[in-house]
Amino acid sequence: MSSQDIPEENLPAEQDHAHGAVGVADEKNPFADPGLPPHEHRVQDIDERAAKRSERAVAFLFTLSMLATVGFIASYVAIPADKSIFVFPIGHLSALNFALGLTLGTALFTIGAGAVHWARTLMSDVEVADERHPIAASPEVRAKVHADFRQGAKESAMGRRKLIRNTLFGAVALVPLSGVVLLRDLGPLPEDKLRHTLWAKGKLLVNMNTNEPLRPSDVAVGSLTFAKPEGLEEHDEDFQNEIAKAALMIVRLQPDNIKDKRELEWSHEGIVAYSKICTHVGCPISLYEQQTHHVLCPCHQSTFDLSDGARVIFGPAGHALPQLRIGVNDEGYLQALGDFEEPVGPAFWERG
Amino acid sequence: MSTTENHESAGARERGKAPAGERIADWADGRLGIYSLAKSNMRKIFPDHWSFMLGEVCMYSFIIIILTGVYLTLFFHPSMNEVEYHGSYVPLQGQLMSEAFSSTLHISFDVRGGLLIRQIHHWAALIFLAGMFVHMMRVFFTGAFRKPREVNWLFGFLLFVLGMFTGFTGYSLPDDLLSGTGVRFTQGAILSMPIVGTYISMFLFGGEFPGHDFVARFYSIHILLLPGIMLGLMVGHLILVFYHKHTQFAGPGKSNKNVVGMPLLPVYMAKAGGFFFLVFGVIAAIAAVAQINPIWAMGPYRPDQVSTGAQPDWYMGFAEGLIRFMPGWEINLWGHTLVLGVFIPLVLFGVVLAALALYPFIEAWITGDKREHHILDRPRNAPTRTALGVAWVTMYMITLVGGGNDLWATHFHLSINSITWFVRIFFFVGPVIAYIATKRICLGLQRRDKDKVLHGRETGTIKRLPHGEFIEIHEPLSQEQLHTLTAHEQYAPAAIGATVDENGVERKVTGKEKLRAKITEAYFGEDQQIPKPTVEEYKEITSGHGHH
Repeated sequence: MSSQDIPEENLPAEQDHAHGAVGVADEKNPFADPGLPPHEHRVQDIDERAAKRSERAVAFLFTLSMLATVGFIASYVAIPADKSIFVFPIGHLSALNFALGLTLGTALFTIGAGAVHWARTLMSDVEVADERHPIAASPEVRAKVHADFRQGAKESAMGRRKLIRNTLFGAVALVPLSGVVLLRDLGPLPEDKLRHTLWAKGKLLVNMNTNEPLRPSDVAVGSLTFAKPEGLEEHDEDFQNEIAKAALMIVRLQPDNIKDKRELEWSHEGIVAYSKICTHVGCPISLYEQQTHHVLCPCHQSTFDLSDGARVIFGPAGHALPQLRIGVNDEGYLQALGDFEEPVGPAFWERG
Repeated sequence: MSTTENHESAGARERGKAPAGERIADWADGRLGIYSLAKSNMRKIFPDHWSFMLGEVCMYSFIIIILTGVYLTLFFHPSMNEVEYHGSYVPLQGQLMSEAFSSTLHISFDVRGGLLIRQIHHWAALIFLAGMFVHMMRVFFTGAFRKPREVNWLFGFLLFVLGMFTGFTGYSLPDDLLSGTGVRFTQGAILSMPIVGTYISMFLFGGEFPGHDFVARFYSIHILLLPGIMLGLMVGHLILVFYHKHTQFAGPGKSNKNVVGMPLLPVYMAKAGGFFFLVFGVIAAIAAVAQINPIWAMGPYRPDQVSTGAQPDWYMGFAEGLIRFMPGWEINLWGHTLVLGVFIPLVLFGVVLAALALYPFIEAWITGDKREHHILDRPRNAPTRTALGVAWVTMYMITLVGGGNDLWATHFHLSINSITWFVRIFFFVGPVIAYIATKRICLGLQRRDKDKVLHGRETGTIKRLPHGEFIEIHEPLSQEQLHTLTAHEQYAPAAIGATVDENGVERKVTGKEKLRAKITEAYFGEDQQIPKPTVEEYKEITSGHGHH
């Protein structure tokens, strides 16, 4: 491929004369377009030995690609899937993933590098100009299309027979409704589903980790305990849905540190139980600062003060965490004294 | 293979002796008419500029995503049935998890090369979105969206937005702890919508969150619905690129009526075709060495568990930022809650993106320019547009910082509260500063161009004159350079025109007209652009006085 292959009429000078847009800088306009600059030859255009070198480089890259594909297949067969290797400075990697990725990467990259090198060094690099044509149609075409359309519309009698037109519009407008109606069974109506959790009077607070009911003595000052309602097991069909609402966070404060009156009332010996689900967009809150009694949601950093009714002290949450009223039963286990009094989790229109 | 299909017009050629390739082409032409298509396209001219390959990066990564995605569907089970894990990843053995999660573990540990394909798929998605972002910026800052390419801008915009949602539904599929947290965030945002929020949430999740349906639903959205639309849009995008012919920068021999470059066959076949392999090769190598989304380290999703440093993929980071820095406003009235703290970010998300979609139409209205534009602007020569673009990018980047405020806090030992306040303030102030600074820089660059045209290039050679004065020699520019630096057009502000007609009757000046005049003043008025050097100025300076 060399510049001789470009047809005569595509050469810059010819094209530009045809446009008549080019001028030599003259007294009138020193900024005039001088036209395409003359083609500058690359070393490969004039030196066949350089061209040969480029050819060999391209062929070398393509050969490398073939070898890399062989390497890919060999790695696939030879390397066990669980083998790990240390690669400096990345660290420990899956050996198979590393080998497959690098061989595949090489096989692909060298094809690309070869093709680009071929194009840049051996294919013609003579710039040619193509004329543009206006996107919009000529006035004649435009008139013809408009006339055709009018003719067609007239022959359909759409405008004259309005009864047909209007009933058609009606039918076409209504027919998608069936599709919309079919979507109804995507899910149930909200009703009051977001208002209730599994918590109820007498339900024991079960430690999430040990699966044992909690006694007040299990909750130490400064610790954060996660709890679920008794009877909710991981294998349950609805475990995920229920825990998404019922997850509880329990901490013990000094009763005289509790600033909120209702919080103190709903606590037991300084043990308070709050919904673990953030009132912002529903992340589980999991970071507890013992000294300040603040909890922080790791998702969007809403911060709540557990010693003051879990009100929001920073971040994007809009209201305090709901508190669960707790007490102890006859056997000395912590129990709920009812469900949450307000919906847990993110706020919604019907929350009120 | 048929040998009887020789083309009539082949004339002198002997029957049956034509090379096989030609015979196949003739056969196809007789049925598909490929020759008329090839006539205008095979040697189609494409201009060369490094920034024109950004769109190619997007196209190729999209193809890579489709190829690897099809492979992943062969092994992935889009089901939320709870199973006990017994695969080869020891730390999670015996744990309860959804089938979606366990099949992703299976792909990562038991299917040979499965992890590689998963990582290529994910990396390619990140690069696809990043490529679209940068490609869009290229098109914006060079004014390539102007007539006749507004529709193609919208196609590209839709690809970007749909790409975001395809990415989101994709990374949610493994049902791991991180992505589940992201889905929860989405559900919380949906709940904030007035009136319809709870209904949409129930319908999307088939009941309460998380339910048993969303993985299967996201799956059909992720692998069929959205990519199907995107494939159509991408084909349309390409057809329009071919139909409009590519834009080019001003330069000698280049005009609004031509396109200067090299032909598709062979140069761009090799360069662009080769570039596909380059992109694929680089992504494969990245996937070999850089781990992405190690779901086994995060574990299966549980709505009552979370890890710190929870971040979405980068392209959702700006939505994350909006929701993080918004104050928690909530209005409770008449038994209803308006969750502004979440709903405003949700609306802003749409507004910020819509601004991007609408800009070409707004600018077309402001300039009133109905001509076709095929010559690209240098960003400096459209200072107001460039400044607006940089202001938008600044706002985007600040929300990205907000989206990672916890990481900024831990990596740079800063207070998370201060970072959040910084983002709250600079979401408004940052774009203003960026606008002013960018405009000043553009005007400075315009002045420099003007200086270069009128006084020539500074050579750095210092000469001492006989009387002792030192001067720097300025070398006059070549005609090519003079032309390139003066080829851009400059608009004038729109005048309101006479308000009284020849009969003395007062014409009503509409508010729209006044607004447009005001905006054009801000765009093209005095001090908003540097008038480009005129022939007269040039002649006055160069006529015999030598240098200045």
